[in-house]
Amino acid sequence: MSAPLLRVRDLAVTFPPRRGNPAVRAVEGVSFDLAAGQTLGLVGESGSGKTTTGRAILQLQKASAGSVELLGRNLTTMSGAQLRGMRRHMQFVLQNPHSSLNPRMRISSILTEPLLVHRPIPRDQFAAKVDSLLEMVGLDPEVRNRFPHEFSGGQRQRIVIARALAVDPDFVVCDEAVSALDVRTQAQIVTLLADLQTRLNLSSLFIAHDLALVRRLAHRVAVMYGGRIVELGTAAQVYENTVHPYTRTLLDAVPVPDVQAQRKRLRNAAPPPVFPREYDPRHPCVFGEVHAESGTPEWHEIAPGHNVSCRFWPAGMTPGQ
Amino acid sequence: MSDTDFVTDDDAPLPQRRKAANGDRWMVGLGLAMLALMLILTLLGPLIAPYDPSMTSPNSLAPASAQHWLGTDSIGRDILSRLIIGGRTTLLITVVAVCLALAAGLVLGLTAGYIGGAVDQVIMRVLDVIFAFPVFLLAIAVVAALGPTVPNLILTIAIVYTPILARVVRAPVLSVKSWDHVEAARSVGVSEFRLVTRHILPLAISPILVQVSLTLANTIFTVTALSFLGLGPPPPDPNWGGMLAEARQFMELAPLTVIAPAGAIVFATLTFIVLANGLREMLDVAGKR
Repeated sequence: MSAPLLRVRDLAVTFPPRRGNPAVRAVEGVSFDLAAGQTLGLVGESGSGKTTTGRAILQLQKASAGSVELLGRNLTTMSGAQLRGMRRHMQFVLQNPHSSLNPRMRISSILTEPLLVHRPIPRDQFAAKVDSLLEMVGLDPEVRNRFPHEFSGGQRQRIVIARALAVDPDFVVCDEAVSALDVRTQAQIVTLLADLQTRLNLSSLFIAHDLALVRRLAHRVAVMYGGRIVELGTAAQVYENTVHPYTRTLLDAVPVPDVQAQRKRLRNAAPPPVFPREYDPRHPCVFGEVHAESGTPEWHEIAPGHNVSCRFWPAGMTPGQ
Repeated sequence: MSDTDFVTDDDAPLPQRRKAANGDRWMVGLGLAMLALMLILTLLGPLIAPYDPSMTSPNSLAPASAQHWLGTDSIGRDILSRLIIGGRTTLLITVVAVCLALAAGLVLGLTAGYIGGAVDQVIMRVLDVIFAFPVFLLAIAVVAALGPTVPNLILTIAIVYTPILARVVRAPVLSVKSWDHVEAARSVGVSEFRLVTRHILPLAISPILVQVSLTLANTIFTVTALSFLGLGPPPPDPNWGGMLAEARQFMELAPLTVIAPAGAIVFATLTFIVLANGLREMLDVAGKR
């Protein structure tokens, strides 16, 4: 297999101490590869470091350790100017479509901006490109002279997606791209994203907390907790052969649209397990390995491509339970 | 899934364009009308003024009449002509000085607000030092030191008002720079300069416009006051503050010699205050949508 499009190794982000609060290790030891045309779903609860991971990959947030390689080039050590050039290959779809468009710019200027910055096509073709982008995301090109406040949330998110795709990037980070929208609009945007994914052979990091959406869009899924990836595998592996207890909890927390089943689940629901944060590599981990001695990563392969971290296991719980 | 048939749209049809007009704009209109009147008189001054403003005549301290609408001063010069021509000097100094102060304020305020940290601290502390002096006292000191010429007056007033404008620029920049659309633009690869000029400044512009208008009003007052104290442009060219000073001793004999320049100063100041208030209301309304 050829080199992956995106290679993230031991990425860490630490926020410095502020006003008497200790430093926050928001992201630690995040590593994964992303092949061209693949989508990695990143799930986890609020505060688990999903968004910070996405921002650190795009170098919008300085990583305190680790490396991010896109197309074989290390982004973490690049100069500002080089990085701006690389942004042509990676784009960002933000969570809230109501705030991620400049309210003082017309749609045409918003969509032309990436073209002006990266010049992928000659200037006289910009107008045609704007029209084709609007069509691609299912909007009437006639709207090009309007301002963002004239659109609904779903329409704005289409514009945000069009902007991200203007320079034909190889890789897109979608940070909770649909969670600010109502359910029906979500479905439309997800359909659009799935469609664009296959048509443009786009790789993406799809950050979400809606597990069903991730299953629909992602080839592989990474589950984050406490700034770490605790389980990583194909969507089927993670959803059907869940190994990490935190992943299990996350899956069980999804409400089911069946009154009987939901009541049964609520009745059976155990108190949520406590996931201890402290971790001592000198003791045997849940898989019976002493990492301090063996020098192996805290990363256990369950099946080809399905990895589980031995961190964050509730006391007394072992794999297979 | 088909790859050509998109779900055409969300529930909502594309909303109609918002009506541009709203009822609260009359004040801005009034301010602009006053400004237009002033600009016409100033720009076309030499064409409109009925007499040469420096031409003396034996008919001194004359009351208002058909020949001299606002009477004549102590050495028989036509007051209306002197008002019109004198306004040119006063307004020229005011406008150029405020433009300079705005340019400096924009550069300093944007730099301080956008970069933040130590740069912000250094810039703002230096400006605080200037800001700590009473405007008028500082102006008198600088003009007295440099000498009362038009360029010096302009420079002085620009220096005195820069800290105020820089502060008004910096404050909104501090908040706007962390908004989502700025991050979105950064992720697109937009350069820092464009980020500041296209994505931050346009959203921070309302308070700046209001402050510029208020500063213009203040500056007119400062310029005339300096001239009144004899620190304005040297005679014989007329200016409003100087006219007021010369006429003071004849106040009882010919009230118009004082009332006319005072009225002009009030009118010019009021123009910018009305404009500032109107802008404040109008822009607030726009901000609420």
